Amino acid sequence: MIVDLTTTYLGLTLAHPVMPSASPLTGDLDHLHQLVEAGASAVVLPSLFEEQIEHEAMALHHGLEWVAGTGEATSGFLPEMDTYNTGPRDYLDLVRGARRELGIPVIASLNGTSTGGWTLYAKILADEGIDALELNVYFVAADFSLSSSEVEYQYLRLVSSVRQAVQVPLAVKVGPYFSSMASMGRRLVDAGADGLVLFNRFYQPDIDLDQMEVAPNLVLSTPAEARLALRWIAILRGRIDCSLAATTGIHGAEEAIKMILAGADVTMMASALLRHGPERLTATINGLREWLQEHQYLSVEQAKGSLSQQSVSDPVAFERSNYMKTLISYTAEW
Amino acid sequence: MPSSFIMVDGNEAAARVAHALSEVIAIYPITPASPMGELADAWSQKGEVNAWGVVPEVVQLQSEAGAAGTMHGSLLTGALTTTFTASQGLLLMLPNMYKMAGELTPAVIHVAARTIATHALSIFGDHSDVMAARQTGFALLSSGSVQEAQDLALIAHSATLRSRVPFLHFFDGFRTSHEVAKIESLELVAIREFIDEDLIAEHRRRALNPNRPVLRGSAQNPDVFFQAREAVNPFYDAVPRIVSEEMDRLAAITGRRYQIFEYYGHPQAERVIVMMGSGAGAVTEAIDRLASRGERVGLIKVRLYRPFSSTAFRAALPDSARAIAVLDRTKEPGAPGEPLYLDVLAALAETGDLPELVVGGRYGLSSKEFTPPMAEAVFKSLHEPEPRRHFTIGIIDDVGHSSLEYQAVWDEPADVTRAVFYGLGSDGTVGANKASVKIIGEHTDFFAQGYFVYDSKKSGSRTVSHLRFGPRPINSSYLIGPGQATFVACHQFQLLNEIDVLELAGKGATLLLNSSHSAETIWEQFPANVRKAITDKKIELWVVDAEQVAREAGLAGRINVVLQTCFFKLSGVVPVEVAVGAIKSEISKAYGKRGEVVIRRNHDAVDRALEHLHQVAIPDSPGEVAGFNGLAQRLRGAPDFVQRVTATMMAGKGDLLPVSALPVDGTFATGTARWEKRSIASEIPIWDPSICIDCARCALACPHAAIRIKVFDPAVTDGAPPGFLWKEADGREFSGKALTVQVAPDDCPGCGVCVQVCPARSKEEVRHQAINMELIESHLARERTNFAFFEEIPDPPRHTLKIDSVKGSQLMDPLFEFSGACAGCGETPYLKLISQMFGDRLIIANATGCSSIYGGNLPTTPWTVDRAGRGPAWANSLFEDNAEFGLGMRLALDRLEESARMLVTALLPELGTEAVAILEADQSQEQGIADQRTRVAWLRDRLGALESPLARRLEAVADALVRSSVWIVGGDGWAYDIGFGGVDHLLASGRNVNILVLDTEVYSNTGGQASKATPRAAVAKFAAGGKATRKKDLGQLAMAYGDVYVAQIAMGANMTQTVRAMAEAEAHPGVSLVIAYSPCIAHGIDMTGQMGHQKEAADSGYWPLYRYDPASEAKGQPGLRLDSRAPTMLFSDFAAKEARFAVLAKANPERAAELMARAQQDIDDRWQLYEQLVNVHRTAEYAELEEG
Repeated sequence: MIVDLTTTYLGLTLAHPVMPSASPLTGDLDHLHQLVEAGASAVVLPSLFEEQIEHEAMALHHGLEWVAGTGEATSGFLPEMDTYNTGPRDYLDLVRGARRELGIPVIASLNGTSTGGWTLYAKILADEGIDALELNVYFVAADFSLSSSEVEYQYLRLVSSVRQAVQVPLAVKVGPYFSSMASMGRRLVDAGADGLVLFNRFYQPDIDLDQMEVAPNLVLSTPAEARLALRWIAILRGRIDCSLAATTGIHGAEEAIKMILAGADVTMMASALLRHGPERLTATINGLREWLQEHQYLSVEQAKGSLSQQSVSDPVAFERSNYMKTLISYTAEW
Repeated sequence: MPSSFIMVDGNEAAARVAHALSEVIAIYPITPASPMGELADAWSQKGEVNAWGVVPEVVQLQSEAGAAGTMHGSLLTGALTTTFTASQGLLLMLPNMYKMAGELTPAVIHVAARTIATHALSIFGDHSDVMAARQTGFALLSSGSVQEAQDLALIAHSATLRSRVPFLHFFDGFRTSHEVAKIESLELVAIREFIDEDLIAEHRRRALNPNRPVLRGSAQNPDVFFQAREAVNPFYDAVPRIVSEEMDRLAAITGRRYQIFEYYGHPQAERVIVMMGSGAGAVTEAIDRLASRGERVGLIKVRLYRPFSSTAFRAALPDSARAIAVLDRTKEPGAPGEPLYLDVLAALAETGDLPELVVGGRYGLSSKEFTPPMAEAVFKSLHEPEPRRHFTIGIIDDVGHSSLEYQAVWDEPADVTRAVFYGLGSDGTVGANKASVKIIGEHTDFFAQGYFVYDSKKSGSRTVSHLRFGPRPINSSYLIGPGQATFVACHQFQLLNEIDVLELAGKGATLLLNSSHSAETIWEQFPANVRKAITDKKIELWVVDAEQVAREAGLAGRINVVLQTCFFKLSGVVPVEVAVGAIKSEISKAYGKRGEVVIRRNHDAVDRALEHLHQVAIPDSPGEVAGFNGLAQRLRGAPDFVQRVTATMMAGKGDLLPVSALPVDGTFATGTARWEKRSIASEIPIWDPSICIDCARCALACPHAAIRIKVFDPAVTDGAPPGFLWKEADGREFSGKALTVQVAPDDCPGCGVCVQVCPARSKEEVRHQAINMELIESHLARERTNFAFFEEIPDPPRHTLKIDSVKGSQLMDPLFEFSGACAGCGETPYLKLISQMFGDRLIIANATGCSSIYGGNLPTTPWTVDRAGRGPAWANSLFEDNAEFGLGMRLALDRLEESARMLVTALLPELGTEAVAILEADQSQEQGIADQRTRVAWLRDRLGALESPLARRLEAVADALVRSSVWIVGGDGWAYDIGFGGVDHLLASGRNVNILVLDTEVYSNTGGQASKATPRAAVAKFAAGGKATRKKDLGQLAMAYGDVYVAQIAMGANMTQTVRAMAEAEAHPGVSLVIAYSPCIAHGIDMTGQMGHQKEAADSGYWPLYRYDPASEAKGQPGLRLDSRAPTMLFSDFAAKEARFAVLAKANPERAAELMARAQQDIDDRWQLYEQLVNVHRTAEYAELEEG
């Protein structure tokens, strides 16, 4: 029996629902080619960071300006160059190369800091002919005067401003930290999102005990972390009109299958690929195919959402307090 | 000829023509000519072609002598070749100039004329350099303005091809080279069409070519040399005619008419000034005014000075001329007169038509102002019954009484806007003003002029911009004078307390202040003199908080465009809407390539600026205010010279000092920087004794000697001021003692390096260290009192301290303190360290460069004395000769010691056996040196009682019996490039000297040009595409001699190694070479973290630390010891944090990647080599070097 693995994500028809998410692996063409060879059905490029672009440009400006006029160095110390690659040129080169060479849909990712920046760079990327755009919204609401509704409003405003600026399919990648994820998901879609990517894993601060200083670093995910996305994909499936992508904690076929059963259109991998290499992608696709075959599913579409909240016999299970549910499950085994 | 107006400075004006008409350009940096080489290099780097479609090859040499040699070779081989230089650089070219001229070689040297160092160095302008070249056989062509710098550059290049006589084209350093003016430009096509290509073909035909071989540069004998020398005469005779014809050709196509001697003034003038250069502008203005009063006066501007055409000169002079004053911008001591004067006299005498009176005078040395009133005074003096001969104008000569009196004030025309801006070197004021001049020049029919005055300090340096705009070409070749400015802007509020910002403001002028004080409260903040000036002059006052606007626009610290916008609004030179559009367009042009965000934020700042601009209501009277806290109060207790002379210079009034106030031979007392108390820091380090671990790293790393430690008897604190802090000193050797860490609050520039190196942190709050930068306002008063008390605490005797340890070295007084070096300077900590370790017996030969500027630029010097009055004796000779200069010091000391020992021996019968100890003294340690000092004091006592002539002779040399320490100090430009021949000779000498190379890896002082110490992949001026070759390994070259002690150090990487290396170098009885890694603002780093950069330089293997001690070889141990570990980080990770490398990755990623990869190979290769060398034992016997 041949299982039809095709899926639709953001209006794009993909060969199967397993793809690399934004990570350093998708940041250069050599690695992207390896991922394509490993079977990726699409790729999400790393984020174009407005803040970094601006920081680099301002650092350069500062560096060239600040010591001009010191002593005999009346024109500063470094020669003025013809051009500086302070804008998104490197990133656009990557986009162009990926589109030219990979033969699979290329999804660009964008992290802005200002409304103007989000729309400016979204337009620039859309003009490059990307297949879709993922908005990587990362926002630590540490401002004590900012209420949760104001934070939510900022998300919605930026999605709608980008939506107005570009026609390209739009996914919004968010973190799980909303008081009402369901409502937020719906409102993001209303604002113009064609898909939600659940969930973003942020750089978290750490403490370096040798240096006694804060040292942000990214710890690779574990499969256990997939549960959070699993819950919300299951809840949202069929209830809002958009694509759903599962990311975080998908390390192999098992997690991918669960996500699809919960209702994900695609599953995205990063940590497992960084740890095990692109071949883990192949193994996941094969594992997915085998499981579907074993369980006599004809297609991914058939399996998609079959265990969503709407589809299960105990819909409350997705909402129940983890602690209670877990406790009962354990005792039940005894 | 198609022409258009452009805004350029004199350097650019000349360099554009030179680049267009050259195939080879040999360069070397020297102020104020460096920008010409930098521009030529940058243009060629960008692929800009010359008039014939070829990109000129721009090559940097190791010195101007090298540039001239290369030029000579290139010319003889047929290429059109040029160079740019000034001052000492021109002197180094002289030998080749004789050759080029003697061989009738078409060539042009463009010179931004600058003072030659005599009793002192000066970077400023006069004609002493070009006058030293007048006998070389080069034609000398003088430009007096930016327009002329362009036009006469073309004349020079064309005339040299026609005449075969090489040309030196010069214009006044700074006044013309750095003045931005609106000129009509010569387009490339016009430049090409002006040159006769047949003449170029002839030049090629004369070139060395194996297909038609010839011999040049023969040696000739008495039989023919003389005749051959005379054979060139027809060529020289033809030059004046050729230049005149070229000038006529230029006039025909541009309408700009020049003459080799150009007359201006009354057709029947009785009194005439003869001069060359920019000063003519001031004279023409004086003539215009005198003519309006009916006075018959005139001026001859000398354009072609060599060959001097007597007939042309006579023809230019009105027959009515009765009295002539020839003004020379140079001084030739001992001559019957200065050169131009003598030439004019000779010319007139030869024509047999000598006017009644011809006098000579000097003006404008070292950019001394020359103004219309001074010209008037000269004309007036020619009226006097006995006009003064060999007069000076512009100074007060109360010794030789040579000076003419002149009016200080000169009313400039009403239709010219004159604006003066006070700012800091770091705040972008000058850059914004250059842009403003450009906007007005390019967007209006006005002519515009910008001139920018910089002070010699590198930290907190002040700038004053003088801008003029008017309906006619601006000839005013002098600063805006007192009461003449229609607009004054003070971009830094604190300057109101330091200088007389309103001195130049005229009646009803507008004053724009940048201040965080509001329009309502600002009046209360003014010192009394400012209030009085504002009310007296009825000044219209506006205030803007530019810092706030800049912050809001995301441009913290960059206040320039905010103030620029306000200037346009208030000055009304251009309608404000037009100005705003033009400013934005200039921003887009200037910053566009740096990134969209840079443009956006600057535009935003422009848009916000006017909302924050507010007019201040002026009270009718100044009101009661506390007196201005002047310099005098600060200088109470200072030596008389400081109070009378130094203070005047510090107040910016040095022009008022008469001749008698200054030393006759350039000798100054040291210990003067401490009187500056510049208070430029906004934050200073504050000590928390509860955390301090007594490590002394802060004091060692402090580039300014502004944070100090001291160990003392706790009883001393009985009289301490209430806020004085101390703790129990750690360590057995200091048992029972107290220790304090003290900031010198007025002398600290607030760089923060000390805090960065402090390892002690609070357990409860890790950001709190043993020292922390805190706002100066909260601490200034207390720390002032504390520092005063600190200075009174007795120091421990030197011999009780372990000087080769970090802590021990820091317990000794720094005898190098409070320099004006850049805040956070990477060089000065090393100098301060040697001043602590050996300061009381230190003699320093200091190469020209940053260290000679912050070390010896008036008004003050950071070199100082200890309580006994001893301290470093310091001298700067030149740039290129420093090694030899230092060797001379050593030889002298050795001879003096030898004489002293001989005399002691001869006087032993009289002195007694106690004197034997003097001859046998062991001075290897501090104790031994202290004992010897005691013996020499005893000896002097005894000698006083002896009547013998030998005793008198011995008294004169007895000091040489105490061991002294000769340090030869300079930067990499000196040691690797221009002075390397001398350094190499010194390395081979075996003499007991110490060479300290402060390696910033670029020519820092002249603005960051590449040297052979510049590493591969770094961007620098003259290496705009990234340096393609690897850094020279100076240490390796020195080690090859076998008997030279060599250390490569980086204080931030290993402080202990640094201190030990200095001690070992000094103890080594032969030559020692210490190469010290010195981070510099030219690296494009935040200097606060410079010590961290040093650590990463070592960690990445970029700057391996080592010591090579020949004494170890002698003991059978390997001579080389690697003090840093094998690289633990990639070069790219280190380089990414420094703009000098990172900029290339931004501008040209492919080339950056290639060069970075090769730079990593350099590092790997060198490390491998060094690791092998550690295991190498040399068999040659280590020379037994006797000290002295």
